[in-house]
Amino acid sequence: MKSPVRLERRLHQPKQLNWAIPLVSLLGALVVGALVLLATGKNPIDVYWRMLDRGFLSERALTGTLRTATPLAFTGLCATAAFRLGVINIGGEGQLYMGAVGASLVGLQMGGTAPVGVTIVVMVLAGMLFGAMYAGFVGMLRAQFNTSEIITSLMMNYLAGILLNYLIFNSTSYWRDPRSFGFPSGKPLEKRDFWPAYDVLGISIPFGLVLAALFAFVLWVIYKRSRLGFEVEVIADSPRAARYVGIRTKWTIIAVTAMSGALAGAGGASQVGDFAHYLDAKGLQLNGFGYTGIVVAALARLNPIGALFVAVLLGGLTNAGYSLQGPDFPSGLVGTLQGLILFCAVAGEILTKYRIRSNASAVTA
Amino acid sequence: MNSNLLIIIAAQAIFYGTPLFFAALGGVFTERSGVLNLGVEGMMLVGGVSAAWSSQHIEGPAWFTVLGSLLVAMFAASLVAAVHAFLCVTLKANQTVAGLSITIFAGAVGLSSYLANVWHVAERQVDRPIRKLDVLGMADTPIAGPLLFNHTILTYVSWVMCAVATWYLFRTKIGLQLRAVGESPQTADAIGISVVKYRYLHTMLGGSLAGLGGAFYSLAIVPTWVDGMTKGAGWIAIALVIFGFWRPDLTLLGAYLFGALQALGIQLKSRSVGIPGDLLDAIPFVMTIIVLVLVSTRFAHKRIGAPASLGVPYEREER
Repeated sequence: MKSPVRLERRLHQPKQLNWAIPLVSLLGALVVGALVLLATGKNPIDVYWRMLDRGFLSERALTGTLRTATPLAFTGLCATAAFRLGVINIGGEGQLYMGAVGASLVGLQMGGTAPVGVTIVVMVLAGMLFGAMYAGFVGMLRAQFNTSEIITSLMMNYLAGILLNYLIFNSTSYWRDPRSFGFPSGKPLEKRDFWPAYDVLGISIPFGLVLAALFAFVLWVIYKRSRLGFEVEVIADSPRAARYVGIRTKWTIIAVTAMSGALAGAGGASQVGDFAHYLDAKGLQLNGFGYTGIVVAALARLNPIGALFVAVLLGGLTNAGYSLQGPDFPSGLVGTLQGLILFCAVAGEILTKYRIRSNASAVTA
Repeated sequence: MNSNLLIIIAAQAIFYGTPLFFAALGGVFTERSGVLNLGVEGMMLVGGVSAAWSSQHIEGPAWFTVLGSLLVAMFAASLVAAVHAFLCVTLKANQTVAGLSITIFAGAVGLSSYLANVWHVAERQVDRPIRKLDVLGMADTPIAGPLLFNHTILTYVSWVMCAVATWYLFRTKIGLQLRAVGESPQTADAIGISVVKYRYLHTMLGGSLAGLGGAFYSLAIVPTWVDGMTKGAGWIAIALVIFGFWRPDLTLLGAYLFGALQALGIQLKSRSVGIPGDLLDAIPFVMTIIVLVLVSTRFAHKRIGAPASLGVPYEREER
C-alpha cells in the first residue's frame, strides 16, 4: 500500500472516547473554520474571541445562551431518540412548528380560565401531541410502506412552514391577532399564562430548559433501563434478528418516531410559552432549530444527557451569532461553523471503530 | 384560451424542470456508484452563489461571462462533493449523516449565505442572466414554438446530456464498471476496478451537476442571488432519482412533472382563482411524499433499479 497510515478495526471501544471525540471534533471544526475565515479575509482569533465573549462571558450572555439552548435541547433530544433506532427523522424542524401551533391553540383557548400550572401542563401536552402526530405519520409510512423517512420528514418541514405562513400571514385564522394591521402577528397569550423563569446567580433559566432536562433524564432511563430501549437497540443492530425474536418492529418504529416528534413538539410549546408568547410564524422559521438539533445529537453521540450540554454549547454559538451579526460578522458564519462541527463529529466517529496505525511499523510486525 | 394555458404550463414545466433534472441526473451518477448524496441542496446553493458572483466579476463578451460562471459553479459544487466523497469513501462515514452535514454546512444559513455576504453578491442584480433563445426564429410558432424553440441554452444542453448519460451508463464499458461498483463493490474490486476512484469521480460529477442546477436558479430563474433560493429543490431532486428508477430518461420526465406542478402554482396564483397561494406552494412537497410512497410500496420487494450497495461503505476484507 502507498498510504503511510492505515485504519485498523478496534476490538473494543475505550470509554474515554465518549468525551474525547466530541472535544476533538469541536477543535477540528474551529481549525477548519479558521481557514475559512482567513480565506475570506477575517481574523479568526478576533472572531472566535468575540464569539466566546458574547456567547458565554459577557454580562447577560448566559441568559441569552440558555434561551437559545432551550429549543436546541428539545430538537437535539428529538434527533437522539429517533437516530438511536436508525430512523433518520430530520423533521424536528416541522414537528417543532406543529408543537407551537398546538400549544398556542390550547393556550389561547384556556386564556386565563384555569390555574397557571394547569395551563402550562396542557400546553406542553398539546405541543407533544401535535409533534407526535406529525412525526408519527412519517413513522407510519416508514413502518408500513418502507418509505424513506429522510425525504418525507424533510418535505413535511416545508409543509409545516407553509402552514405557519398561512395561519399568520395569509388568512384570518384563530391564531392571528385581529388587531394586528400592517405586519400581521399572532394573537398573544394572557400575561398570567407566560411560562416562569428561575433566577440562579443572575442567570435566568427558562422553565422549558428545566423541562428539557427532565425529558433528557426520562429518555436516558427509557434507553438504558426499559424493555423498549432494549428492543430499539436490537432493531438498530439487526432488524432481521429483531423480527426473529418476535419484537414488533413496525409498532416500535411508529412509537419511537412519534416519541421523537413529541420531544420537538414540546420545544415548540416552549417557544410559545417561554419566549414569544404567541405563534411567531417568522421567528420560528428564522433559526433552523430542528436542523441544529441534528448537530446537537451527533456531537453528543446520541447520549440524551450529553445532548443537554451540547445544546448549551451550540446555543452559545448561535446566540453570539445573533448579537454580533453585522458587516464584521456576516450571517451564515454560524451555520457554516455548525456544519463544520457536524463534519468533524461524523469524521470523528471513525475513531470509535478504527485506530490509526502507521504502515511503516506494520511491515515489521 | 384553455389550450393556451396548457401550452404555457408545459413550456414553463420544462423551464422549472431543467435545474431539477440537472441535480437529479447528478444524483443518478452518484448513486449508481453506490454513494448516497443528501448534500444536493447544499451543493446547489454553493453553485448558485458562485455563479452569481462570477457573473458579476468575469469580464468579456456575454457568452463568455455566462460560460465562465457556469464552470465556476460546477467547480465549486464539485469541491463540496469531494468533501462528501472523502467522508463517505475514505473515512467510510455514515453516508446519511455525512450528506446532512453537507447541507447544513453549505445550505441556506451556512456557507452559501456566508459567501454571499462576504462577497456582497445579493446587493447587485445579475446583469447577464441566461436568456431564453429564439431557435431558428421559430419561437413564435404556435404550440411547437414555446415547447421546443424558446428555451435557455441549458435546457438544450440538458436534453443532450440526458442522451449522453443514458449511453454512458448502459452502452459504455466505464458505465458498466460504474454500475458494477454500485451493485457489488467486492466483485468490482476483485476484477481490478478501483472502487475508490469510481466513487470519488462520480460523486464529484454529481456535485458539479447539482452546482449547474443551482446556477440555473441564480442566473436564469430569478436571476439574482437570494439566500436559500433553491427552497428544497435539492431534496426533490433526491426523490426524483428514486422516481426515475436511477435512469436518466425517466428522471427527465419526473423533473418536468415537478416543473409542471411549480408552473401550475405560479399560473393559478397570477390568475387569482380563489385557491390560497400557500396551498399551491405545498403541492410539490405533497406530491413528493405521495409518489415516494407509491414507488416504495409497489417496488419494495424488487427495488427496481436501486444499486444494491447504495449507502453501504466499501471495506476491503483484510486479515
